[in-house]
Amino acid sequence: MRRYFARKLLFYLVTFFVAVTIDWLIPRFAPGDPVTSMISRVAAQPEAAAAMMDYFNGTFGLDVPIWQQYLNFWTSLLQGDLGVSIWLFPQPVTRVIMDALPYTLALLVPAVLLAFWAGNKFGAFAARKRWLDGAVLPLGYILTATPYMWLAILLAWLLGSVWQVFPIAGAYGFNLAPAFTFQFAGSLLQHWFLPFLSLFLVGFGGWAIGMRNLIIYELDADYSRYLSSLGAPDKLIRSYAYKNARLPQLTGLALQLGVIVTGALVTEVVFSYPGLGWYSYQAIINQDYFLLQGIFLFVVIGVLLANFVIDLVYVMVDPRVRLGMEGG
Amino acid sequence: MNHRTRFVSLAAAAVLTMAAIAPAAAQVEEYPRNETLYTSGTQWGAPSDWNPITDWNYAMGTFGLVYEPLFDYDPLTNEYLPWLAESGEWTSDNEYTIKLRDGVTWADGEALTADDVVYTIELGKLPQVPYSGIWNFLDSVEAVDDLTVKVTFSSPQHQQWGNFIYNRPVLPEHIWSQKTEEEIMGANGPDPAPIGTGPYQYLTHDPSRMVWQKRDGWWGTEALGLDPKPTYIVDIVNGSNNVALGLVLQGGLDLSNNFLPGVATLVDGGYGIHTYYPEPPYMLSANTAWLAMNTTEQPLDDPAFRKALATSIDVPTIVNVVYGNIVKAADPTGLLPTWEQFVDQDVVDQLGFSYDTAAAAQMLADAGYVDVDGDGFVENKDGSPIDLETIVPNGWTDWMESIRVVADSAGQAGIKIHTAFPDYNARTDQIHSGNFDLAIVNDKQLSNTPWDYYNYMFRLPILDSQNTDNFARYENPEAFDLVQQLDLTPVDDIEGMKAITSQLQTISLTDLPIIPLWYNGAWAQMSDAVWTNWPSDEGNHYIPVTWGGYWQMGGMRWLDALELAATE
Repeated sequence: MRRYFARKLLFYLVTFFVAVTIDWLIPRFAPGDPVTSMISRVAAQPEAAAAMMDYFNGTFGLDVPIWQQYLNFWTSLLQGDLGVSIWLFPQPVTRVIMDALPYTLALLVPAVLLAFWAGNKFGAFAARKRWLDGAVLPLGYILTATPYMWLAILLAWLLGSVWQVFPIAGAYGFNLAPAFTFQFAGSLLQHWFLPFLSLFLVGFGGWAIGMRNLIIYELDADYSRYLSSLGAPDKLIRSYAYKNARLPQLTGLALQLGVIVTGALVTEVVFSYPGLGWYSYQAIINQDYFLLQGIFLFVVIGVLLANFVIDLVYVMVDPRVRLGMEGG
Repeated sequence: MNHRTRFVSLAAAAVLTMAAIAPAAAQVEEYPRNETLYTSGTQWGAPSDWNPITDWNYAMGTFGLVYEPLFDYDPLTNEYLPWLAESGEWTSDNEYTIKLRDGVTWADGEALTADDVVYTIELGKLPQVPYSGIWNFLDSVEAVDDLTVKVTFSSPQHQQWGNFIYNRPVLPEHIWSQKTEEEIMGANGPDPAPIGTGPYQYLTHDPSRMVWQKRDGWWGTEALGLDPKPTYIVDIVNGSNNVALGLVLQGGLDLSNNFLPGVATLVDGGYGIHTYYPEPPYMLSANTAWLAMNTTEQPLDDPAFRKALATSIDVPTIVNVVYGNIVKAADPTGLLPTWEQFVDQDVVDQLGFSYDTAAAAQMLADAGYVDVDGDGFVENKDGSPIDLETIVPNGWTDWMESIRVVADSAGQAGIKIHTAFPDYNARTDQIHSGNFDLAIVNDKQLSNTPWDYYNYMFRLPILDSQNTDNFARYENPEAFDLVQQLDLTPVDDIEGMKAITSQLQTISLTDLPIIPLWYNGAWAQMSDAVWTNWPSDEGNHYIPVTWGGYWQMGGMRWLDALELAATE
């Protein structure tokens, strides 16, 4: 088992290194540079503008050759210094990310887990009755095919503007300051609900369809037919089928993580929800190299960590893998 | 996981999230609606900077609500109102004396003295400070006594100085002299407790809002009789347009300085939103949108071609259709409406242009451009094809639509133009390096002097990278001479200025180095849900804008004029 995990770890480290390097490279190849665009917003005379560009290029370490910038990047990264944001100058990148992280986690983790659990349960349930199946299948397909931001805008318009049940922007009411009160907690929840819902619904549809297909497949397998011919209760057969169907869904979850993170990005933009997705969108638009690197680092670490956790869960859930590892 | 564990873990997650978000709790938990002004339209990112030196970046209101200038400038009446300065005058050809107001204190209780002004001006000696350009024409500055400052000029650039005295904040010397150079440029982290002389102070901020709170002891209440009404000003970070619009309609936003397309329908439709003018153009004009042409390449190096191009552009459609009448077509001189007195109408009548496809086609023919290959578009005099690319930043949908109109209408007259939408940084890079044909630019805002605009048009020398002015790379030493002469003309010598601007207009309308298209508005949508007595054409003539550079143009006065709407 140790070798299994050691191999996995090595694989993740290599992925991490390559992903971070690519992320570091790409914004620098885009035309234009962040300091010029920052200075272009200043109403300064040309001499002052030139002096400011020199100064800021020096401050951000952009005046050294590109290979040296790359080495500087890794040196500071290994010291835990993610640099200073250009777009949000002079905030340190770590501070920006720490401010945004709770919101993104609060949005993503419940949405992913709940959608997975509820979607699977519902899909399994739907596989039982034909009439239910007929209703669930098209609904599921529609939901999973819906783009995240379209659903987000639809919910914002319907529930926010037309029926005015939920607010459409921000993380908490603009008239409140953070405090440990019920009012503040309530406002947080109110603002959280619509972005959460749009992520949840799209995921829910996907998992429901997947599970429903897998259950039908499992119910048709030899062991199910044999059990049912022996007179085993329906419930037992279904629970065995469910346990088997879970496994490909777990693998699917690992693959879906990247998509979900992107979905969270557009949802946050629609609702002006101050999470990592919104910041990374702004960092890209403004060519803020350091903020983008920092956020991407977190996203890569998060996705790799989640993959690792899913690997662990898979081992726990699938007895064949466990036995295989202990035996070999 | 059973139900109880799940519930407990969800609750724990919720508490942890709140703990992560709630910083040291601010004293105020909720801002009373009738004491709070909600604004939006200035912050494009999380408030991260409270340093008035990094003037492209500071949080909304840092300069204006906290830091204040020597004078307040009113563009609608062209008047400088004494603010921190009680008076300022030219005591000799090369000397300007400022007398400071007595009794003004900084938020930490220290008195405002001449040392603060001297420090602020001398800070310009650091080349990376945005106003370091003043030391090109200043000789020295000294504090004559506690309240008097004498500024000596090597060259009395009146217009630029007139800009400095209202457009730059006075900094507290007793705090800033302790800072290192990096701290001054804000490189050592943000300072969220800025100390200024203004009526507001920092309360709190988070990634989506900036909250200012009124403080006691502001000098303006006694000295000027002004009392800004809102206790709290909450500036909301811009999200997408639908958010701003939704908030204004719901009454959650009092003043929106966002560009909201289609707002004309809302104003007319009785939604409780109004704008400065109740009818087109609805908004005051804030800056001119120009079509910058790269005059170093053919055929744009030919003034006759440029003139024909200007005559072929369908500006009325841009104003009516693309913008729904919330902008105004530009005068051929390009000067904003507040500078109307400087427009020499005789020159404009003689040399100006307006949309006329037939006339444009005739001008092309007269200038020697013919359609050699019969494709409907004219070719260069040497026979090579003309296909000009117009660039605007991707995502700026109103500009994207506008250049489509430009391309279409120019095509009607025979000039082939195609559109491109590179992303903002790429487009800016292209313009600065001169790798473009045509582009829409609007860099110069409302200010105290048309010198700004003429400097933008004619500035020399042309460098490899033109970062701030003269993107057209137009070289006319005579014009730039006049621009420099204008700078040396006192700001109250209107006749003197007019004499020079008239000559400049003759040049700009004959050669047309850059084509003015329309005036972008000082977008301001105001809601009557909680506050009334907003600035308007029929009411108070102030500019209801929170953008950087506008607070010091009458901002305190409209804050003072606000009244609470009658409660039901």
